[in-house]
Amino acid sequence: MNTEFLRQMPSSRSFATNGSGLLWRLHLDSPLLAALLVLCGGGLLVLYSAGDSNADLVVRQAIRLGGGFMALLILAQVPPRTYRFWAPVVYAGGLALLVLVLFIGTEAKGAQRWLTVPGVGSFQPAEIMKLAVPAMVAWYFSERSLPARFRDVVLVLVITLVPVLLIARQPDLGTSLLVAAAGLLVLFVAGLSWRLILAALGLLAVAAPLMYFFVLHPYQRRRVDTFFNPEADPLGAGWNIIQSKTAIGSGGISGKGWLNGTQSRLDFLPESSTDFILAVLAEEGGLIGVLMLLGLYLAVIGRGLFISWHAQETFSRLLASSLALTFFIYVFVNIGMVSGLLPVVGVPLPLISYGGTSIVTLLAGFGILMSIHTHRKLMSH
Amino acid sequence: MRSPMTFRDHHNEGRIFSTRLLWSAAIVLVLMGVLAGRMFWLQAIQHDRYITLSDKNRVQTQAIAPPRGLIFDRRGELLADNQPDFSLALIVEQVPNIHDTLALVAEKIALEEADIERFWRRVRSPRRPWEPVPLRARLTEEEIARVAVVQHEMPGVRIDANPIRHYPHDELFSHVLGYVNRINAEDLERMTLDEQANYSGTHFYGRLGVERHYERLLHGRVGFRKVETNARGRILQVLEQIPPLPGEDVHLHLDIRVQQAAWDALGERRGAVIAMDPRDGGILAFVSRPGFDPNLFVTGISHRDFSTYRDDLDRPLFNRALQGQYPPGSTLKPITGLAGLDAGVTDWQRTMWDPGYYRLEGQSRVFRDWRRQGHGWVDMHKSIVESCDTYFYDMGFKMGIDRMHDFKVRFALGDRTGIDLPGEARGIMPSRAWKRAVRGEPWFHGDTINASIGQGYMLTSPLQLAVSTAIFARRGEPVVPRVAQLTPPASPIEPALSPESRHWDRMTAAMVDVVHGARGTARAMGQGAKYRIAAKTGTAQVFSLGKDEEYNAEEIAERLRDHALIVGFAPADNPAIVVAVLVENGGSGGSSAGPVARQVMDAWLLNEAGELEIPPAAIPGAIPALMAEHR
Repeated sequence: MNTEFLRQMPSSRSFATNGSGLLWRLHLDSPLLAALLVLCGGGLLVLYSAGDSNADLVVRQAIRLGGGFMALLILAQVPPRTYRFWAPVVYAGGLALLVLVLFIGTEAKGAQRWLTVPGVGSFQPAEIMKLAVPAMVAWYFSERSLPARFRDVVLVLVITLVPVLLIARQPDLGTSLLVAAAGLLVLFVAGLSWRLILAALGLLAVAAPLMYFFVLHPYQRRRVDTFFNPEADPLGAGWNIIQSKTAIGSGGISGKGWLNGTQSRLDFLPESSTDFILAVLAEEGGLIGVLMLLGLYLAVIGRGLFISWHAQETFSRLLASSLALTFFIYVFVNIGMVSGLLPVVGVPLPLISYGGTSIVTLLAGFGILMSIHTHRKLMSH
Repeated sequence: MRSPMTFRDHHNEGRIFSTRLLWSAAIVLVLMGVLAGRMFWLQAIQHDRYITLSDKNRVQTQAIAPPRGLIFDRRGELLADNQPDFSLALIVEQVPNIHDTLALVAEKIALEEADIERFWRRVRSPRRPWEPVPLRARLTEEEIARVAVVQHEMPGVRIDANPIRHYPHDELFSHVLGYVNRINAEDLERMTLDEQANYSGTHFYGRLGVERHYERLLHGRVGFRKVETNARGRILQVLEQIPPLPGEDVHLHLDIRVQQAAWDALGERRGAVIAMDPRDGGILAFVSRPGFDPNLFVTGISHRDFSTYRDDLDRPLFNRALQGQYPPGSTLKPITGLAGLDAGVTDWQRTMWDPGYYRLEGQSRVFRDWRRQGHGWVDMHKSIVESCDTYFYDMGFKMGIDRMHDFKVRFALGDRTGIDLPGEARGIMPSRAWKRAVRGEPWFHGDTINASIGQGYMLTSPLQLAVSTAIFARRGEPVVPRVAQLTPPASPIEPALSPESRHWDRMTAAMVDVVHGARGTARAMGQGAKYRIAAKTGTAQVFSLGKDEEYNAEEIAERLRDHALIVGFAPADNPAIVVAVLVENGGSGGSSAGPVARQVMDAWLLNEAGELEIPPAAIPGAIPALMAEHR
């Protein structure tokens, strides 16, 4: 707290020659950066084991992480007001791309999620929305006064749910869930009345069974069935979760040791380097390894909430808290799913699971958090 | 910075935001606690359960099937061995689209509906993922090549080699060896738990013949190995291994030369030949024609092949030698004669006039001799040589059924011989008690008269005829026939006559005259023989056709002819082979069955140069002391 206090006084530190001074000038928040680096470094170790000691996999992931940290560095330089100014434009652009995906998206594994730009590569427009939706909602509230009123709630719901439904149609349940969370969390911190929250939860409880029958895809429905009774089809749909729990449970307190997890190394654990990578850590690192990971995540989330606490205006506060809490949603949904608390939803373990655009998006989000923190003005009070 | 469009209570907004942030932090902490608690539950409290599950995943106990014992004939000729069979299997988890792949495979190899049906059944039943599911066995080399060329286009398709039973002589030994085929649920249900464990790696089970009777011996003891595998079932390391105990090889009394001679001599005619070494009870030849190809049954006979066998009017799957039931006819006259002599109702001097028929006093019913004009003055010797029925009608009537029955059962008639093959028929040796129990009728004199020439109710299998002849050749010493060269069990039958009885020599002499005498009924078989043969011919009347046999005038005429029979042994003074031959619808025993018996005897008694050279008995100790002494 002491250094934190000092860091809020750039005038006294601007000529400091130590590393944190340099980081500060680069608009980087050293505690958050340290936690992220430890998390990503440890993640690479787990990935090396999960990928059957495949160094290639680790190198590719490291390159991707490097790209993510580049994005973090760049986005940290952009002042929050610029984000606020561009939020509606980026949101509208992302929405347009999502519509485009519906028509000309590239299909892979039964879902149409990718947009291919000839000569450049392909990307998932849904990833943009993970940042654009909370930014847009935060922008909306920055123009209104808090607490959120019913009219605001309706508009925010529209802003959030339109992209969410577009993403869900691809179908990509995991991402749509995270985008929805990002938008709705802004609503929550913006002071949505508890009565409305409880009403919404009540409505959800009623709607869930209806969703199950009328909205979910058969593959999603099967996942829900499996969640409630994985032993019904132990060799088919239940296989993943049974093997995952077996991996976690067999790890015990201290684990089987790095590179010694039989469940993952002998291929019993499916998707061991992607969505189910936590099971690898739990098997090889035991409860101790898992608690260390949870501690790191808690540090990242705590620092995020700390940054929002100290943010100086509504847009920054709302955006920062949404980013931090969305990160928590990632953690909770993935670990809950892998340990059998939640149905299987395609949400990766943030910063550790192999692959994809999500790592870059996540680190970009932390870039925005750092920008918010390092672009504050000294306040008298 | 902020556009002051509306009035804003910054203090209030900050308060709301801070409160919510604290709420968020609290919820995050609680939910993180939930995750940590869940992990604690799985990793600390439920740890033992999951470590067991994880080991069960990883460590597999696999049964190793013991290699099945081989079967040899007495010359060391291989009759049943194990050969690699190439089968095509699918690792379903690697196959992108099973239907497409099946269609592709069907273009390369012949697939029957039953193969595909069986495949789907296996796919749908509970199984380990990544385990290959067999689709078709017995790929030809051409099929293997055709699949190999396109295998890279069909992921998950593999060709495996497994040992399967092979019978190099195809039909020749079919009815005596039997065959193995896939073990099934019923086989396993019949076993004790220990036996089931012993079969845990085995895919085949003996069905008939030697394969069935000596199943335990041939099978051996299962081995086990504990292996660490990955989820694809690939073995990464062997943790522990108990090797299997291979099945024992079984050496048979059968002699391929004698078997082949019997097979060839019978030719395309329906019938059976049993050749036996009377010295030790060893079966030298066991032929029932037509036979079948046991190799077709091993990996599951196709529906088409099976219908061919099943619908064949000649019934190739029917074991005539073991299960066929035929009236023995005149072949039993020497034994019936001994019974009469033993009972004292006749002797070698007694003569009688045969007018061609026999009539009981005070009754009008006439029992005809096979020769209408009669044999004139006949005695026992002539009645054997010329097979006079009238003499035996008279003698049988005087002896009565009780004494006849009690004497003949000592020649292994009317009960199982105890051969080491499954499914033996009992035959019928009628008695008053039998007729009352089975027919519910009293015994009539006419029944006795029919029985005295081996007709009426009496039924025997060709095997029983051979065994009764062997007991005759052993001078009443009972013997249990054996296919395999293992210690024979003691016969439960008591000897009929003392081996010293002078009747043996005279009866044997009469049987020698059947073959070598000028008027013998089996003169045809004696010509050019380098040893003396004792034999007796017979014909068995065919009474009726089976119900479901179709009407075909020419066919029926052929199938209504009498069955031809002959029993005999050689050399007459030192028996080393006993032969019983049945030729269905063969007509006369002497002319159609006799030459078959002769060729079988030649195959055993003559060496390759065509000279008499009597092979030693397989089990010398089994020769009865009294029989050896008497020579």
